[in-house]
Parts: sequence; C-alpha cells; structure tokens
Amino acid sequence: MPLPPLKIVSARAKDPKNVTLEGYLANGGYQGLRKAVLEMNPEDVRDQVMQASLLGRGGAGFEAGRKWSMLKKSDIRYLVINGDESEPATFKDHMLVEADPHQLVEGALIAGYAIGAARVFIFLRGEFALGFERVQNAINEAYEYGAIGRDIFGSNFSIDLVLHPGAGAYICGEETALLESLEGKRGFPRIKPPYFPAVIGLYGQPTIVNNVETVANLPWIVKNGASAFTDLGGGRSRGTRMFALSGQVNRPGTYELEMAKNTFRDIIFDPEFGGGLRPGRSLKAIIPGGVSAPWLGPDQLDVVLGQDEVAAVGSMLGSGSIIVMDDSTCMVRAAWRISKFFARESCGQCTPCREGGSWIEKVLNRIESGAGREEDLDLLMDLCDNIVPGVSWPPQQTTICVLGPSIPSSVAVSIKMFRDEYLTHIKEGGCPYD
Amino acid sequence: MSRFTKEMESRAHQILALYPERRSATIPLCHLAQEQNGYLTEESMIQIAELVGTTPAEVLGAASFYDMLHTEPVGKYVVGVCTNIACLLQGGEELLSHAEEKLGIPTGATTDDGMFTLEDMECIAHCDHAPALQVNYRFFGPLTNDSFDTLVDDLSAGKLESEVPPHGTLSRVQRKHPIAVPLEEIVRHRRDSDAKEGERLAAKAAAESKEGSN
Ligand SMILES: Cc1cc2nc3c(=O)[nH]c(=O)nc-3n(C[C@H](O)[C@H](O)[C@H](O)COP(=O)(O)O)c2cc1C
Ligand code: SF4
Ligand code: FES
Repeated sequence: MPLPPLKIVSARAKDPKNVTLEGYLANGGYQGLRKAVLEMNPEDVRDQVMQASLLGRGGAGFEAGRKWSMLKKSDIRYLVINGDESEPATFKDHMLVEADPHQLVEGALIAGYAIGAARVFIFLRGEFALGFERVQNAINEAYEYGAIGRDIFGSNFSIDLVLHPGAGAYICGEETALLESLEGKRGFPRIKPPYFPAVIGLYGQPTIVNNVETVANLPWIVKNGASAFTDLGGGRSRGTRMFALSGQVNRPGTYELEMAKNTFRDIIFDPEFGGGLRPGRSLKAIIPGGVSAPWLGPDQLDVVLGQDEVAAVGSMLGSGSIIVMDDSTCMVRAAWRISKFFARESCGQCTPCREGGSWIEKVLNRIESGAGREEDLDLLMDLCDNIVPGVSWPPQQTTICVLGPSIPSSVAVSIKMFRDEYLTHIKEGGCPYD
Repeated sequence: MSRFTKEMESRAHQILALYPERRSATIPLCHLAQEQNGYLTEESMIQIAELVGTTPAEVLGAASFYDMLHTEPVGKYVVGVCTNIACLLQGGEELLSHAEEKLGIPTGATTDDGMFTLEDMECIAHCDHAPALQVNYRFFGPLTNDSFDTLVDDLSAGKLESEVPPHGTLSRVQRKHPIAVPLEEIVRHRRDSDAKEGERLAAKAAAESKEGSN
C-alpha cells in the first residue's frame, strides 16, 4: 500500500487563489525567502541544500547542492531556471508553473541568493502562454511586495529576475542549447568541455541551470530544514517527486509521491493515483522517465520509484514521466512515433543523430506500413549501433549532446521485448492492430 | 505598418533593457513582432536586427530554427494538434485527420479566409488531457471529433476571443518593472559579500582545525 502522500511542491496546487500574491501569502508564501535573506548566510542555504540531497528534477538527477558547489568563482555569475519542459509525456512543470507561479519565483530567488547570482532568468517554454501570464504576474507582484529588486525584505541583498520566452524547439531544454537560445541564437548545444555552464555559461560567465521543480522545493527546504526533507524518501532519493502519468490508464495526471517509497504498480493501479487500466485490458509496457528511457515490462511493476532503483533495472527515473501502454497498442507504432520525434527535433549538428535518427524513423515507418523486410531488424540494430556503439545503456556518447544517444533506446528495447510483433508486421505485410 | 508602431517600439526598448547583452532580446522581440503583425515580416526582422545589433540574416537564421516563429502569414488561429506518444495512444492522429476534414485543409495549410492554420505538434505537456491541442498556444483537451467541431465553430463565431487572443500574442500580462539594480552595482555588491563569506568560511575552518587539534 502506498503511504499517504506528503506534498511539498504541489501542496497548494489545488487552491486557485494561490496564483495571486494574496493567496500565496495566505498559504505561507515567501517565508522561505524571508528566512534565507534575513536569517541565513548564502553558504548556510547552500549547506542545507547539500544536506537535503536534492537531486535535480530536470532529468539527469544531479545533486543541486553539488552542482552549486562546482560553480566557478567569478564576480558575475548567473542563474537560469529551465522551464522548457518538452520531453514527451512530461507535464509536471506545466502544472507547477500554472498552479503555483509564486513558488517558482520564490524558489528561484532563494537559489539566486544562495549562489550570489547577478541576475536570474526563468526560461519558460514558449507554448506555455497561460503559464507565462501567471509567472509574469507573479513577478510583477513580487517586485511590488519587495521580494525582488533592491534590498529585498530590507536585507542588504538585491537581485532582478527576468522571465524569458522560448519559441518552440525541444532541444532548448538541453542546458547549453538553452543558453544559446537565451543569447538570441539558434538552440545549438555547446561542446562540453569546455562549455560546462558552471564554468562557461551565459555570456561566457559561470552559470547554474536548474529545473523548475528543483527550485520549487527550496522554499520548503529552507523553511523546514534539510533533515525534514531527508526524513522523506530513501537512499539518495529524498523528499518527494512529481510524477506525470499518461497513456492508457484510468486517471492520468500529475502525482506528487514520496521518493523511493512507491512502485510503478502503486502509481498505475492504486485508486488514489492511476486507478488501473480500462476494463479487460492488460499492461504491455511502460516508458518511465521520458522517451529517452528504455521501456519496462509488466514483470517490472514492483520496481521502486527512486533514482537508483529505476537505474538498477536498466532504465531511468529521468523527468518523472510514466507512459502506460496496454495490450491494444502496437509497439512498432509506438517506437516509430518516438523515433519521429527525435528525427524532427535533432538540431542537426552531429551526423549520427541527424542521419541516424531520420533513417531509423524511415525504416520503422516502412515496417509499420507493411513494406518491411526481415533484414530491417538487423538494419535497425546496425543504425542504433552507429549512434551508440554497442547500443549500451547508459549510452556511450559520440555526439555533442545526449539527444542523439537517446534515439536507440526505444528502438532496441522494443525489438528485444516484442520481436515477434515486428516479425508479424513483416510477414503479414501490415499492422495487426489496424 | 510592419515596423513596430510607437507603442510597440517602446515595449521593445523595455525588453532590450532587461538583458546584459542586447542580442538576448531577439526572440522576445520576434514574439512582439508577431503580436503586432500575426507573423514575422521581413521589415520586422530588419528592425529587430537594428535593435539587437545583429544582421537581418542572423535574425532570420535564429527565427527559422523555432516552430513558433512564422516567417509566412498564418491564420488568426493556429490550431496545433499533438500527435506525440501519449496523444497517439488516445487517438491524436485520428483527431488530426478529423481536423483536416473539418477545416478542409491539409496539415500545414491555412484556410482561404485566413482564420485557421493547422499544425501537427510534438508533445505540448498536456498529456493527461490527451488527445490534446493548442489554439494559439492555449490548451484544450481531451477532445472528441464533436468537441473539436464545437471548438472550431466557437472560434469562428468569435465566442472565445477572451480566452484565445489572435495568433502572435504570447502574453497579455506585461512586465511592469524595469531592472531595479544595474548590473555594475550588483557586481560590486557581490564582490563585497563574497569577501565577507570568505572571511566567515576561513574563520570557521580555523575554529574547526583548532577544535580538531585539541
Ligand atoms: C535533449 C535534452 C532535453 C532536455 N530538456 C529539459 C527540459 O525540458 N527541462 C529541464 O529541466 N531539463 C531538461 N534537460 C536537462 C538539462 O540539460 C539540465 O540537466 C537540467 O535543466 C538541469 O537542472 P536540474 O539539475 O535542476 O535537474 C534536457 C536535456 C537534454 C539532453
Ligand atoms: S546529438 Fe543531435 S541534438 Fe544533440 S547536438 Fe548533436 S545533432 Fe544536435
Ligand atoms: S503527448 Fe500529446 S500532450 Fe504530451
């Protein structure tokens, strides 16, 4: 049985008043920022975050405290909040931004104080029009309230915060592409090294890039202390996590769950959460962590939803999304659609990603439409091998960013799990699910 | 009429002043130009280049990378149907075919009356409302063929003007505050507070090593 959920980042999400400053303050808003700037030194905030073992919520799961400690010393350093959320089936930041815009602003300001940022930018996905309006309004209100600007809350600390719109490109979620985009250019990822943002980031200055949900945890951590946070969860995975559940499940939606305490089975089948599958349907596969992650089968339902626990079975917790596919779904079609996404969104800088991605899409499309040949399965594996040598997981990186190396995982795993289904398409000259 | 109006130009200058480097305003200004004209005209790109200090070719080069920036005219309403995985599982592709039929245009085209442009989108992060779509980046879903028809009819009849502004208007809420503290002043401040932090940390380390040697 899953434990009753203790909510951190979505605690106020259901209260519509919360989008205004008045509502947010009535719900205890800005107490964390107040405490940070009036009662704590920046290094105390950094210590708390380090002790909290707050893993980044953007996908890679890198500890926020450790990332901050790697920021190169420099008079000018920047903080950029990554609100570009475009990983397929990931929609938790969408919810957080619309339902609790002040929490994002407060969290961003706490992070800005902790690292001594010269300015904070929130990069918000362009397609989040309502979210943009809500966050811009929150920023306007926060300036008037004295939470942003000169001597915030009468402390000696001053900072400005700018909301910046994206314009539609998945790759801009990758942090160095995001910085290029914020500088007014095409979203081409930068080569690392040397362009690690913490060393050479925005305008060439050391920069921290943190995800929306990551910083949304900060007001709570500062208010309640790191040990209250580490009381939740287990292993390296502490606090809670927003999960975005979608696909063929009765109650798709965002669910905030204590880390490392629940399983895939809990979130998919518990009536409080996913509520199970449609009548008469059975589970075929789940895609955790975004479409870059290898799929899992029904025999892996009891895997615990924690960073290392999901990694241990060869996949990843990633962006916290979980896609449910039942037995009415064609696995070739699912793999094809994912490959189409990558082929469309490749920025084109690296040959394996640009060429490999579109070849894989074409071959999968051919199989799905009934013109596949038996050699196509070997061809697909060969194409995968050209992008990621040995088709290993986690993938060996031969490209500038990890979009390219993400392409093979769904192809390779679907062939491994559902080879018969591929062969049926080829033998019958069409999709058995059509 | 395609360069910024007086009012828009003053908004453009407010945006430019938010960034340590002008070029960062490129994409916000492209959005602003779309708000004025519905799409990104050649004259706009020339003017944006002047404002941000690059060339028109660089503005076009950047703009052409992004799906939301249109260098050709589009309809008053850009309808983007998501066909990515979560929507695919719930009938997103079928919804897109139905949309083509209802609007009488193929994906990518604009209706003759200039009202609708139809697009096939990647995941719009509304997957718990699959199959989902956006009209001018405002969310709708889950949709059936019937509710899609109603949506289009309501848009045509002008019933949703308050929910969905014409294409190009990203946000109806404007930033009210200029940068409060100039970057140079902040940098002086940070230098100061970094020095103090260094002293605190050194004192703490000294105290700890003393404790350790006791
Ligand atoms: C192709 C690609 C897309 C990404 N998209 C996002 C995104 O939409 N949002 C996000 O926060 N991180 C995204 N990331 C991860 C970022 O590069 C970065 O690791 C993250 O923003 C760091 O924040 P965190 O440490 O707080 O998680 C993406 C990475 C890659 C390679
Ligand atoms: S791996 Fe793909 S998306 Fe990443 S930089 Fe190379 S071409 Fe661009
Ligand atoms: S897959 Fe359609 S909104 Fe996410």
